[in-house]
Amino acid sequence: MSALIENLDPLLRALGTTVLILVVSAVGSLVLGVLVTVARVSPIPVLRGAAFAYVQVFVNIPLLALLLLFVFALPDAGLLMPLTTTVIVVLVVYEAAYVAEAVRSGINTVAAGQVEAARALGLRLSQTLRFVVVPQAVRAVVQPLGNVMIALLMNTALAATVGVVELTSAVNKVNLVAAQPIPIFTAAGLTYMALALAIGLAAGRIEKKVAIHR
Amino acid sequence: MSHSGAFLYDAPGPRARRRILLGSVVSALVLAGLLALALVQFASRGQLDADRWTPFLDWPIWSYLLVGLRGTALAAAVVAVLSGAFGLLLAVGRLSQHRPVRWLSTGYIEVARTIPVLLLIYLMLFGLPAYGINLPLLWKLAVPLTIANAAVVAEIVRAGVLALPRGQTEAALSLGIRRGQAMRFVVLPQALRHVTPSLITQLVSLIKDTSLGYVVAFTELLYRAQVLSAYNRLLIQTFLVVALVYLVFNGALSYLAARLRTRVRRQVAPPSGPTEQAADRELETPVVR
Repeated sequence: MSALIENLDPLLRALGTTVLILVVSAVGSLVLGVLVTVARVSPIPVLRGAAFAYVQVFVNIPLLALLLLFVFALPDAGLLMPLTTTVIVVLVVYEAAYVAEAVRSGINTVAAGQVEAARALGLRLSQTLRFVVVPQAVRAVVQPLGNVMIALLMNTALAATVGVVELTSAVNKVNLVAAQPIPIFTAAGLTYMALALAIGLAAGRIEKKVAIHR
Repeated sequence: MSHSGAFLYDAPGPRARRRILLGSVVSALVLAGLLALALVQFASRGQLDADRWTPFLDWPIWSYLLVGLRGTALAAAVVAVLSGAFGLLLAVGRLSQHRPVRWLSTGYIEVARTIPVLLLIYLMLFGLPAYGINLPLLWKLAVPLTIANAAVVAEIVRAGVLALPRGQTEAALSLGIRRGQAMRFVVLPQALRHVTPSLITQLVSLIKDTSLGYVVAFTELLYRAQVLSAYNRLLIQTFLVVALVYLVFNGALSYLAARLRTRVRRQVAPPSGPTEQAADRELETPVVR
């Protein structure tokens, strides 16, 4: 226990980094994911194909491979950003593919009559998507999106492998010095569980609030 | 007009078709422009030079990477078998009539789903040796992956069991067989068939997770790529090639899962008249990670 209290300051700062990466990536991937979904269901074949390819690429390539590529390899091509920014960019593009998959399955739950009604009222396709389809689709998949966000939280730990000092990395460092693995790793595990629980509860509350009862 | 978004718009008339064509051309130009921009950037640093890519046409490099691919397959197979068995037990446990079993399984699943695998790997690498527990490399990777993966498998199987009509269990029980037998001979065989696509998708995510072998220095594809790139200094090329290998293998599995998914769906609800659309567009089991 003493190791935790002595190192409380760096650990809390690392927790802050984890939360920062989590929040920024979450917002980014939600926005990008919805855009990819819109491209995926658009009437323009080229956009549909591009969105499909996008999802396939990021669902099938390991996040760690992407992180190594972006952090260690791409600087060779002159593409260099601050470390944490790079990690956030990778997490955003990676997790957006999963968000897109979730939102697309939400679009499938929107009744065809909704779209027909929107068209009958004279809405264009972009208006139909913006005011009718996407809002209903996202409301239908709040819970799955919450699961994607929990997976994102798990994936923020991978930032440790490329040298970002976030929670997992900091905990490991403290343990290397203090050599008290059980209390240190348990505390870290409980912290992650608490964060995941918070995301899950938030998703549950949001779902209850925005759910459409048919 | 058979893709999933087709119900969002009418069959296009002449004007709409013109606009779609225009949109296609514009978006193709934009995408090609982005690609060209990336290529120019790569070329300006000499990353497109032929001698940086031709080594990947030689057999020695591929035989070196193939050893890594074998390690990836081995780790994935070990974890898939272990977490499949363990996950099945957990799923049955969570659905059990006995409260302690149910609580224990539920507790395990909820905990294991919310702890990063990397944290468990660090525990294996740097924590447990202090207590004299020092597993071989393969198991330092396989144990954390199994712990996490079993929980996901359990949730997939449980979803399959819950999706099955209650009548199946009731009919089995009314024939006089015991609960355990009903689960084994009636419910699980059907449930597993329905969730096979999700299990394959989970296998893809497991194969991706074996890349954490990079952290424990277990000889799998990504670790080999790292060692190779440290040796030949072709970082971009090596990691792109390896990403492509992952994409090909996992893409094939994902394609198989998608094909099975449409087939299972057709078997569950035969497409006839108005139900067709609903069956085709039901909410899929969401996949994370």
